[in-house]
Amino acid sequence: MKLLTHNMLTSSIIKGVKKGFPLGIAATDIKVSEVDFNPDFIKKMIPKLEWSAICEAAESIGHLDGLPKELAPDYETDEDFLKKAHHVIMEVEIKEGDLICPETGRKFPIKNGIPNMLLKEDEV
Amino acid sequence: MAAPMVTCRKCRYLLHFAHEHLDFRLAELKSVAGLFNIPVSVPTDSQLQNPFVVVDLPNEEAARKIASRTILVKSLFELWAKGSTYEELFSDLRNLPKHFTETYRNGSFCIRLTSFNKQLSMVEKIRRIETLLDGNVAFDGKMNLKHPDNNFHLLEYYGANQVEPSEHPITIYFGRWIADGQRENIKTYHLQNRKFIGNTSMDATLGFIMANMGQVKPNSVVFDPFVGTGSLLIAGAHHGAYVMGTDIDYKLLHSRGRSSRTGQKWRRPDENIYENLRQYNLSHRFLDCLVADASQHSLWRQQPLFDAIVTDPPYGIREATNRVGTTKESVKISEDHKADHVPSKVNYHLSDILKDLLNFAAKYLTLHGRLTFWLPVYRPDYVDEHIPRHSCLHLVANSEQILNSKISRRLVTMEKVKEFDGELADESATMPQDPYQGGTFREKYFTPNSKAPHERPRAARTTAARSACLAGDTTDGRRHAKTMRSEKQDDLTKRTDVVSMASSSVADT
Repeated sequence: MKLLTHNMLTSSIIKGVKKGFPLGIAATDIKVSEVDFNPDFIKKMIPKLEWSAICEAAESIGHLDGLPKELAPDYETDEDFLKKAHHVIMEVEIKEGDLICPETGRKFPIKNGIPNMLLKEDEV
Repeated sequence: MAAPMVTCRKCRYLLHFAHEHLDFRLAELKSVAGLFNIPVSVPTDSQLQNPFVVVDLPNEEAARKIASRTILVKSLFELWAKGSTYEELFSDLRNLPKHFTETYRNGSFCIRLTSFNKQLSMVEKIRRIETLLDGNVAFDGKMNLKHPDNNFHLLEYYGANQVEPSEHPITIYFGRWIADGQRENIKTYHLQNRKFIGNTSMDATLGFIMANMGQVKPNSVVFDPFVGTGSLLIAGAHHGAYVMGTDIDYKLLHSRGRSSRTGQKWRRPDENIYENLRQYNLSHRFLDCLVADASQHSLWRQQPLFDAIVTDPPYGIREATNRVGTTKESVKISEDHKADHVPSKVNYHLSDILKDLLNFAAKYLTLHGRLTFWLPVYRPDYVDEHIPRHSCLHLVANSEQILNSKISRRLVTMEKVKEFDGELADESATMPQDPYQGGTFREKYFTPNSKAPHERPRAARTTAARSACLAGDTTDGRRHAKTMRSEKQDDLTKRTDVVSMASSSVADT
């Protein structure tokens, strides 16, 4: 799972959970793989992301990798920044571990890079 | 009068459509033109039988753009002349403004002849081309069949009645070839060579039609909440989008369980959606696939995240319609049991799936983003009121793919025209008339045909039997499945898409 995807997910599917964002990450296996850099896509995605949650998640798994925590007003023209952002949201992948609901502590396991976001029948 | 003629002629283009998915041809054209903001006037008869369609386009560049996306257009021509007889065609050609012919007068050229609904011998073809060149159109360049500077085509239409084609052509067109459509992709992305397939993998043609109906653009995010083997993501990724999907089936996404391939019992570990994209050098367009229940919308952060939602929801025929839940009064799963527990599922009514899908699209599509999905239809009952509605979504297209005399599926495309405001009470999808009321689509699908089995066309019979065994959720179905498997008679394409088989059998007859 990429950090881009992580930024889109909440645990508010659980009964009683209000915001459920951002999910905590407990990673046991992280893989960094090269993905073609496409500045136009990164520029397009950034306004859709919760930037502080990106940085928080990246830092928690030790992969902030020099990414600035504040979005500069001219980030669209800053190629170096876009490359760093690309690296963090597209190339860092959680292969094994858990996503953790910030309110209830309920864990959603990630296996083979695929998070299992299904609730059990007693939770729906 | 002369001046307006020139401008009118200047923008006439001839489209040569493939003779399949008739109800989708103009819808796809309109959608692709819209994608590039190209104004196009499309004939109103959506069931047009003639595969040659004349349209007005602003310029050649626009024509090339259209050809760069459409899968149902074979070729696109600049129309030079048209007539119902060769005399008419030649007289039209002689009236052609000079600038048409002058530009192409000196280059090397070739002329080809295409006829629809009649086989012409080489001698007949050559005779026609010779007559054309005999004073009707002047080229000073050399004829070059292999690498000509300019390609010209004569196209003859003999009507759509395949039993009795017209003796003489009904319409004849002459034009300069501009570009071919994207039919090559059908071969490149054919399911037969696809790494990972399932019972309901969408064939390449329909996948590309869907991406076009969804107006999938480069650098957009395409989402499929019923992703299956990811066949709809592939067309999106091919057109430069980044793709994402969810499925409730854990085993499917984790490359486990039974294979849908003939002669292979279990899925191999590398049979997954990522590998499918990698096969076509599209892996950099892959975002993620998640195991998730599509009925649980709040899994996603409230924000328009997706530019297109392109999906084929389960109908309960070959894939079950499920969501997590239980019919038991109270269930408690112990903590140590939880980690590996596979949740039980309850039936997810098809009309609820569709209404939920619209609600999801209203919330999570970006403004002017599109939702494209299939709606299974019991034809004798169908009325437009069966199409679900949402105040944020505007119906753009609704094309029918006929599967047999009673069953079809409709590809419905909607555009988000208004931001979703959760506060308003009326912002929830409705179905003016529930087609699945008083039963499931499955029950209608398997209602015995009024004709006795031996009277039915053969293809329809085997289709029903195969569907029964692939659904495999009754004891009978399972027994059936075993015998079918042991016969090993299914070749890959038949196995992967019963629907495409059924449709081709319709086309054959």
